[in-house]
Amino acid sequence: MTNPNPVSGSPDKEPATEAQETRSEARATPSAPAGDTERAVPATATKQPPTEGPRPTLGRLFLDNLWAANTVTVTVLAVLLAMLVGAVLIIVSDPEVLATYGYITARPADALNASWTVVSEAYANLFKGAIFDPDAVGFTAAMGPISETLTYTAPLVFTGLAVALAFRGGLFNIGAQGQATIGVILSAVAGFALPLPPGVHLLVALIAGALGGALWGFIPGILKARTGAHEVINTIMLNYVAVYFLSWIIVQSGVQNPNRSDAISKPVESSAQLPRLLGSDLRVHAGILVAVLATWFIAWLLNRSTLGFELRAVGENPDAARTAGISVTKTYVLVMVISGLLAGLGGSNMVLGSTANALTPLVIAQIGFDGILVALLGRVKPWGVLLAALLFGALQAGGNRMQSYSGISLELVTVLQALIVIFIAAPAMVKAIFQLRAARAARLQTSLAKGW
Amino acid sequence: MSTTAVPEVAVTAVDEGFWTRARKTGAVLLALGVLATVLFGALATGQQARFTLSETEGGAALEINGTVGAILFGIIAAAAGAALLAGVPKRWFTLVLGVGLVAFVLSFLCWQVSAAPEGRNFMPLVNVIRGTFILALPLIFGALAGVLCERSGVVNVAIEGQLLMGAFSGALFGSISGSVWVGLVAAAIGGALISLLLAVFAIRYLVDQVVMGIVLNLLAVGVTGFLYERLMQTDATKYNSAPRFSNWEIPLLKDIPLLGPALFRGNIFLYVGLLLVLVIHIALFRTRWGLRTRSVGEHPTAADTLGVKVLRLRYRNVLMAGLVAGVGGASYTLALYSFTKNMIGGKGFIALAALIFGRWSPTGALLAALFFGFADQLATYLGAIGSSIPSQFLAMLPYLATILAVAGLVGKVRAPAADGKPYIKG
Repeated sequence: MTNPNPVSGSPDKEPATEAQETRSEARATPSAPAGDTERAVPATATKQPPTEGPRPTLGRLFLDNLWAANTVTVTVLAVLLAMLVGAVLIIVSDPEVLATYGYITARPADALNASWTVVSEAYANLFKGAIFDPDAVGFTAAMGPISETLTYTAPLVFTGLAVALAFRGGLFNIGAQGQATIGVILSAVAGFALPLPPGVHLLVALIAGALGGALWGFIPGILKARTGAHEVINTIMLNYVAVYFLSWIIVQSGVQNPNRSDAISKPVESSAQLPRLLGSDLRVHAGILVAVLATWFIAWLLNRSTLGFELRAVGENPDAARTAGISVTKTYVLVMVISGLLAGLGGSNMVLGSTANALTPLVIAQIGFDGILVALLGRVKPWGVLLAALLFGALQAGGNRMQSYSGISLELVTVLQALIVIFIAAPAMVKAIFQLRAARAARLQTSLAKGW
Repeated sequence: MSTTAVPEVAVTAVDEGFWTRARKTGAVLLALGVLATVLFGALATGQQARFTLSETEGGAALEINGTVGAILFGIIAAAAGAALLAGVPKRWFTLVLGVGLVAFVLSFLCWQVSAAPEGRNFMPLVNVIRGTFILALPLIFGALAGVLCERSGVVNVAIEGQLLMGAFSGALFGSISGSVWVGLVAAAIGGALISLLLAVFAIRYLVDQVVMGIVLNLLAVGVTGFLYERLMQTDATKYNSAPRFSNWEIPLLKDIPLLGPALFRGNIFLYVGLLLVLVIHIALFRTRWGLRTRSVGEHPTAADTLGVKVLRLRYRNVLMAGLVAGVGGASYTLALYSFTKNMIGGKGFIALAALIFGRWSPTGALLAALFFGFADQLATYLGAIGSSIPSQFLAMLPYLATILAVAGLVGKVRAPAADGKPYIKG
């Protein structure tokens, strides 16, 4: 990557200066390690250096950090902002509420009450569907929302990790959708075509899905490494190729369900299905455990392994990495293969879990594209991705209830998700809106891929 | 693209020896030609393949025996490939390649048309050409939006969202006002709204432009889908019954055989789209604005030094792109269909492909869009005559072609040098 124009081509400039600020501030208060702000708080509390004069109390420090532009605060505020915009959308799309605004000068209370009612009811249902319903009676009903949330979370963890890993390697994998599609196809076919004992069957089906995704990730990886073809374009194109392949293979004899005339495949046999965790009435399945395991593995891979080091080095600066003797070509291909593998597992989750048990044209929904949002929201860190996927899963589960109880379309969830990520992606804006102090140690700029 | 090649590639590019790109392309084309001659020739039936110059079976037609046609055109394609392999002067490369590819397609068509069941073994060329243009139209608008944006150095992956927002606001405000013109203006503004978000976040807040584009697409899908369910589905007559532009027949031109009925009896969007290609082409390469746009896209610092207001120009171009894409979205809702959820269905991404395939130039984008439109139309046609080729594989064609194009098999594509890089003055 030769940059002919060092002044203009510097999306990295911002983080660098922020990091400098960090360093100087860290020097001013030697007790605070230049790590996460959250970690900085207890550290200063335990080690009180006597030479520094009166130290601010722990509570004071906490409050200061609370209103600083650190990752947690910005995320929370971004969610709030997104819900605010969502509330406006709910109001303007409700003709009855909108009618009360016709005479707002005469009776403002009407408009405000009507707006409050419709918005609060919608968001209350969102909460009840995602986390806990106070009116629920019995174990199944009480655990229902959490179970739903975890069910939606599992595949998003995989696709989120896929995108995040590629980001760390300096690649923007928009193809998680396509990789998950190929994954779901192979998983499903392995799930209904192979006569295998339980356990082995599940394992084979999962591996098949992972291999499918890896193959679909390998193509843009090798093209990038060999010809320099940009992975963004190729992964977008492969997404569509995968979708058409899915719609073709579903209706082939041997795959299509012989009892149905519409586009649906044979169902996956029960021996290949992920076991349910909380009884057959609740949908949460072992996929979430695999997801946590995958998160742990990717965190280890990125931070502790040689490959992870090489991958990050290539992502930060391919030229420097090459000079240091790292094969950039090999790393690009490996990153895309592992990334595709993860996305493929995400696809497997959609057909081996409890969401569906057969291929349909929309079987994987939007998990690949949502994975991009999840990765960004999780600040492209494995455990961050897990938390972000949890939030998105909760929104999805709550959105279902909001749709059936309040009649608010599920699309509102898409809007909320997109808005949250927009606000996250531009921390400078959130900072400006809420007049946050500059963060001490948070690196917020999500500068990742760099143009074509 | 230019920024990504790894050194192993750079070395081979300099020292490519016998296997130049032209020779590799020639080898591929030769293989295709041989395949066409043998396979298509064997599969074609001895029936006549008729290409009628009208919308129906009757009237004047070009006819050729299926087997003869398939073999003949296959041989032409193979010959073109052999010529490239043997080595032709560089300036003939495109011409020979073009002839070879067209011959390959014709060979394929001879097989398909002659093998169709009795009574359907003809291809109405007027329909095919018209269908090609109609299907290419949103791609043309979308790709032009991409040209405006990316030539000034802002990556526009949000074409899909701009088209969708244009289609939606065109339908909504067209229905409420009952006027196509209000709908058209609203559509343009709708597209520009997505553009505005892209511009502010990409230029002001330096957010990665590809990321922003993807997120904006999702936002557009969400917002239009949400409002569609809340407003349009509950009261379709009030919110989703936009008036439509009627077809305008252009005097004289409409009487040209073949092209007249196919192109000059269409609606306003077709004319506007073709006119825009011309206008943007001239503006980009012949005016001061164009020179500045290109210089900002290639080397913003240099442009800034010479007094060009880089950021202002980028804002303006991105907004213009939104207007163009918005009108493109309206070509659905104010001419063909009423709005449905996610009705653009990936056309924005094909438009992006057309932009890249057309090497960031308006005329190139037009040709690429027409090629993709043709592939789309062909899929429909082959489905109608009951072809043995699954339509899904034909639908993959644009995407596969784009992958081949960016991999450098069809020609080197190079983006504007500063495309996607935010400009920080200083």
